[in-house]
Amino acid sequence: MKPAIEILNLGKQYKLTTSAPYVALRDVISESAKNIFLSKKKEQDSFWALRDINLSIEPGERVGIIGRNGAGKSTLLKIISRITPPTTGEAIIRGRVGSLLEVGTGFHPELSGRENIYLNGSILGLKKAEITKQLDAIIDFSGVEKFIDTPLKHYSSGMQLRLAFSVAAHLEPEILLIDEVLAVGDMEFQKKCLGKMEEVSKKDGRTILFVSHDLSAVTTLTTKCLLLEKGLPVKYDTTSSVISEYANRMSQHPVYTAEAVTTIPTITKVEINTSEAGSIQGHGKPMSILFEIDMPSQGYAGMALSFQIFNHLNIPILFNWVFDTENVICRTKGKNYLRFTYDELKLYKGSYYLKVHLAETKHRNKFQEIDCCNFNVEMINLKEPEWGWNDGVCQVLDKGKWETY
Amino acid sequence: MEKPVIHIKPPSRLSLGFKELWQYRELFYFFTWRDIKVKYKQTYLGVLWALLQPLGMMLIFTFLFSKTWPINTGDIKYPVFVLSGLICWNLFSSSVSHAGDSMVQNANIIKKIYFPRLIIPCSAMLVALFDFLIAFMIFIILCFVLQQPPSWTAILYFPAGIVMSLLSAAGLGLLLAALNVKFRDFRYALPFLLQVLFFASQVIYPLQSVQQSLFKYLLAINPMNAAIELFRAPLSNISPDMTIVAIGTCSSVSLLIIGLLYFRKTEAYFADLA
Repeated sequence: MKPAIEILNLGKQYKLTTSAPYVALRDVISESAKNIFLSKKKEQDSFWALRDINLSIEPGERVGIIGRNGAGKSTLLKIISRITPPTTGEAIIRGRVGSLLEVGTGFHPELSGRENIYLNGSILGLKKAEITKQLDAIIDFSGVEKFIDTPLKHYSSGMQLRLAFSVAAHLEPEILLIDEVLAVGDMEFQKKCLGKMEEVSKKDGRTILFVSHDLSAVTTLTTKCLLLEKGLPVKYDTTSSVISEYANRMSQHPVYTAEAVTTIPTITKVEINTSEAGSIQGHGKPMSILFEIDMPSQGYAGMALSFQIFNHLNIPILFNWVFDTENVICRTKGKNYLRFTYDELKLYKGSYYLKVHLAETKHRNKFQEIDCCNFNVEMINLKEPEWGWNDGVCQVLDKGKWETY
Repeated sequence: MEKPVIHIKPPSRLSLGFKELWQYRELFYFFTWRDIKVKYKQTYLGVLWALLQPLGMMLIFTFLFSKTWPINTGDIKYPVFVLSGLICWNLFSSSVSHAGDSMVQNANIIKKIYFPRLIIPCSAMLVALFDFLIAFMIFIILCFVLQQPPSWTAILYFPAGIVMSLLSAAGLGLLLAALNVKFRDFRYALPFLLQVLFFASQVIYPLQSVQQSLFKYLLAINPMNAAIELFRAPLSNISPDMTIVAIGTCSSVSLLIIGLLYFRKTEAYFADLA
């Protein structure tokens, strides 16, 4: 039997534009006028969102795609679902493709729930007869029978999601592409949907390609995984071995270093000073982060540096920033040094990483965005609550006081 | 059942993909159905609006140009003359403006799901056709009320006029839809462009009243002149000016080819730009 999905040397290159993704004619004209007079070819930066992807997926296989933000996971799904064309390579898809890049695509607030099932179903590739056949099952699954003939704008957001999921869960293509969509909505209903999809895929031998940040959902739903990093494939193997490789890579580099690019401002180093050795930070202890930024010239006013701290589910927890307009930074040519200090880091135990942004506010240029500096927070020398420090109960622990009144 | 095999490659050759369009005909139907349904939701008068607008315009123009500044429209009574032009014009102008805006309006769907992109502007045009058909019925009633029934040649000329309006609208609409995705400027230029075209079309005056023949034939490049010429033919005893029709057909077909090719050439990147 031929593979359901065959991917050969697939790549996608994006041109970087400094302004909005769509263009004003005025800019095109003024840019070309400038180019005539300056007779200088405009340097266009481009980057590969995806490169050298080779993959062969057998019918009935359930494959997860994991990686950090910006690793190219969604781009890959977008190419396979034909939303955007690849720059290089090719892919052969054997079977009807259903893609779920967002639930409720095409929902219209003025139409009733029933009407939206038809509209959404047909956008997702169902035939009218198939929707009619499944209509009762979809309505039943969603649990919004009472309001099915009410315009969607009167639904709560939760009800809209349930309706959207129900349509999605009843899709029956041979190949199903799912992107993150299961990360929203209430937990119980999510589980119901995952269960339904798993059941369908096992029973009918459906091929599933699943992108998620939620590693536990990936583990339940898939048997194999592809790990992407910066658009390149790193590992394609059984889910458990790929996930452990991913976790391993996430905790490898406590210090980030890079070569200076002479034309644009660059972050050349990010280093995190944790309270303990081995990238371990004690809860409530001080932590500092050192930044080294290389400036190509003096003339930059309005630089902005910010960072977010993400948890292992890629959810941002903390955000801090500094603007040149408030606190002069990065005005000298060459290396500029900055330090940020938390006096008492309030993060709860778990693993975290930094996402650092370097930008300029005046022309709204974003120069860099990097993920780096993984560290683990432990509850060291703290009085343990009676039930112990359980994993994942919260992200941040703040002080306060209890009193009876 | 034979499984479909899809081959994804970097875009290279141009194909019009009508076969694929046929496979997605149900989605086509649902988009049109949605747009018609949504258009008159929460309006008190509903579909009546499709009648009121051309009728109101007809009254204004009749007041202006049959009493105040009379225009010679031959053996056609002015209200019938102007309404015949207005409903064709409305078909064209609302087709162009709906189609031109459609890709941007549906950007969220384009970014998430694949289907032949041509469906979106085409279904936007069908909504305009739906409005036209309602107004058309009133037009026929008016013809009989004012005792100016169209001759039997209408069987040929009415559809010819409608098809010509739609083809011209499709060419311009597709071109604008594709351009709008990349350059939002066209959104603002469109109302002005349509206004210019309105006065360059024989809606409120007959093209035959233009004295200089060079200027007349220059105006005929606007394909709506040919469309209205055809549509009005069954109302009078004079047969349509075939030179005007020929010029209009040429420009309408070339516009359609340009629009279709440009749309097809750029559609692969709509999701990246929208």
